[in-house]
Amino acid sequence: MSAMDDLDRRLIGATQAGLPLVPRPYEAIGASLGISGDLVRERLQSMLDRGLIRRIGAVPNHYRLGFTANGMSVWDVDDERVDDLGEAVGRLPFVSHCYRRPRHLPVWRFNLFAMLHGRSRDEVEVQARQVADVLGQACRAHDILYSTAILKKTGLRISES
Amino acid sequence: MLSQDDRRLIAALHGGFPLTDRPFADMALQLGCGEDMLIDRLQRLLSHGDLTRFGPLFQIERAGGRFVLAAMAVPEERFNEVAEVLSGMPEVAHNYRRESAYGVAGEGSEPLNMWFVIAVARADEVADVVRRMEATTGLRVFEFPKEREFFVELRLPLLEDAHVSHG
Repeated sequence: MSAMDDLDRRLIGATQAGLPLVPRPYEAIGASLGISGDLVRERLQSMLDRGLIRRIGAVPNHYRLGFTANGMSVWDVDDERVDDLGEAVGRLPFVSHCYRRPRHLPVWRFNLFAMLHGRSRDEVEVQARQVADVLGQACRAHDILYSTAILKKTGLRISES
Repeated sequence: MLSQDDRRLIAALHGGFPLTDRPFADMALQLGCGEDMLIDRLQRLLSHGDLTRFGPLFQIERAGGRFVLAAMAVPEERFNEVAEVLSGMPEVAHNYRRESAYGVAGEGSEPLNMWFVIAVARADEVADVVRRMEATTGLRVFEFPKEREFFVELRLPLLEDAHVSHG
């Protein structure tokens, strides 16, 4: 894990709302931080190299693209097999995130989470059946939790201190 | 809905935005449009909400920060009140109401119906956030930290093809 230094933090603070939409955005960020645009570009490159930045680009709104059914599929999978099978589920083209997470028995029995996105719930159900095929006998139960309201949606917030 | 042109633009801008002095001009050259036009279109896509963001996507866990998925079983009559509490906490990055399709998830207890992400700059802050949430709401917070992330091939089906699924 690479430690974040002060400049990394200041750059996150200055760009977490997005890049300024001006011809020289890095220059503009530098001006707001009292450093040169060159240093901003150099440091952003270093943050990409260190994995602190995943990518620089556009984050589309899934809903506007027509992907209005968003299902968190959850699976109760044999502990011995969940890691191998999780890899296989992650390879399905419609899965956007796939994680192993803890159970909370007796309230919560599911240990594999895969996010599915479709234009309708029917489409998500078809995707879930494909996940079920991959998991086979190793899966004891599953469910799909659909988001029915966005209660809060904000980007990353991080204090600079 | 977005035009085909907009979809193409969003696909082209998925990642790899140049770290050059005039990145919009360089990108515009690749796309065959002008710098001003590219900036205007991005401005419009953002202001219409077609894009939620344009810029660096941080992977804060590489820097010691932490994202944790968590959930609560909130009684219906308290749902709005509890949502308000979470909205007021800067450490809560997303919060969704989620409903089970089959009812399996809720068997034997109140269903977990409020799902949110706790985002903090230092991993050791999570416990404190959870404590405050539980003290304020009187409800138990279930944490679902990732124990393992499986590789996914992220591909958005931005170009028109009714059969392409989201990645």
